[in-house]
Amino acid sequence: MVNITAFLLVGAVLFGIGVIGVMVSRNIIVLLMAVELMLNAANLVIIAFSRVQNLMDGHAFVFLVLTVAAAEAAVGLAMVITIYHNRRTINIDRYNLLKW
Amino acid sequence: MTISIDGIIFIVSAAVAIFGATMMFAQRNPVASVLYFILSLVAQSTLYIQLGALFVGAILIIVYSGAILVLFLFVIMILNLRGDEDLGKPSSSISNLTKYILAIGLTMELAFIIRSSIFGRAVPTGVVGGAGNEFGSAEQVASLLFTRYLYPFELTSILLLAAIVGAVLIARREHKEEVEKQLQPPVIKPSRSEMTVDEAAG
Repeated sequence: MVNITAFLLVGAVLFGIGVIGVMVSRNIIVLLMAVELMLNAANLVIIAFSRVQNLMDGHAFVFLVLTVAAAEAAVGLAMVITIYHNRRTINIDRYNLLKW
Repeated sequence: MTISIDGIIFIVSAAVAIFGATMMFAQRNPVASVLYFILSLVAQSTLYIQLGALFVGAILIIVYSGAILVLFLFVIMILNLRGDEDLGKPSSSISNLTKYILAIGLTMELAFIIRSSIFGRAVPTGVVGGAGNEFGSAEQVASLLFTRYLYPFELTSILLLAAIVGAVLIARREHKEEVEKQLQPPVIKPSRSEMTVDEAAG
């Protein structure tokens, strides 16, 4: 028996690490992975609550979130490839074509 | 205070998950980042299985480590990234400090809310079988997905179709002639040096 608070705290810490990664990272691929990490932290919390309530609806939600994460990764990486062909860099500070 | 075997598994998995997620951003080489993320995901899937979500934990490993992160690796290989790319000058230490303070403050707020909430009770952890009709089994998840959440489940198929079409459209090369030129077999012309040799021989 592990307290539910411990699982929620792990989810919060993983989400915080993802936030740090999104803000600090300068590599576009690492930044996309940080977004995935935040989605995963939310999934962990959903699963924990689903266990506490003894309802399985959370598992269905996590399934849908996984699908959305897969779609987001596919489209995001396609955009990274196109931008890399045009600008020859993965530095997100150089991705400023849409700036103002 | 004795720590049960469940507690030990939880502590190890949580530590590995947080360690992998932290090391992911400390790497210069993107391939090492992806591998650390996979390590973190495997530990997270252990936590899922501890919470009785056997099917979702297996799906996490299969879909994330097996598909999404391999997609990341493919892109890293296509772009031929080696970790020695120019990432610009590092941001100032004040800017970095602000970012860390903001993120740590957010985490502390979340932890405070969790600590002060009413959810402070123990959950039954450990593998609950997962076979047949028990909590977290594939049958239970499927019966939910195909009855109560049928419309969201069908909508995800449209989302995936849109993502496929969008990814193909976005990643396609813009210039058609360039691609066709690459697909044509190269026309072999006599090089200038050979011509001069022939002329010299003639």
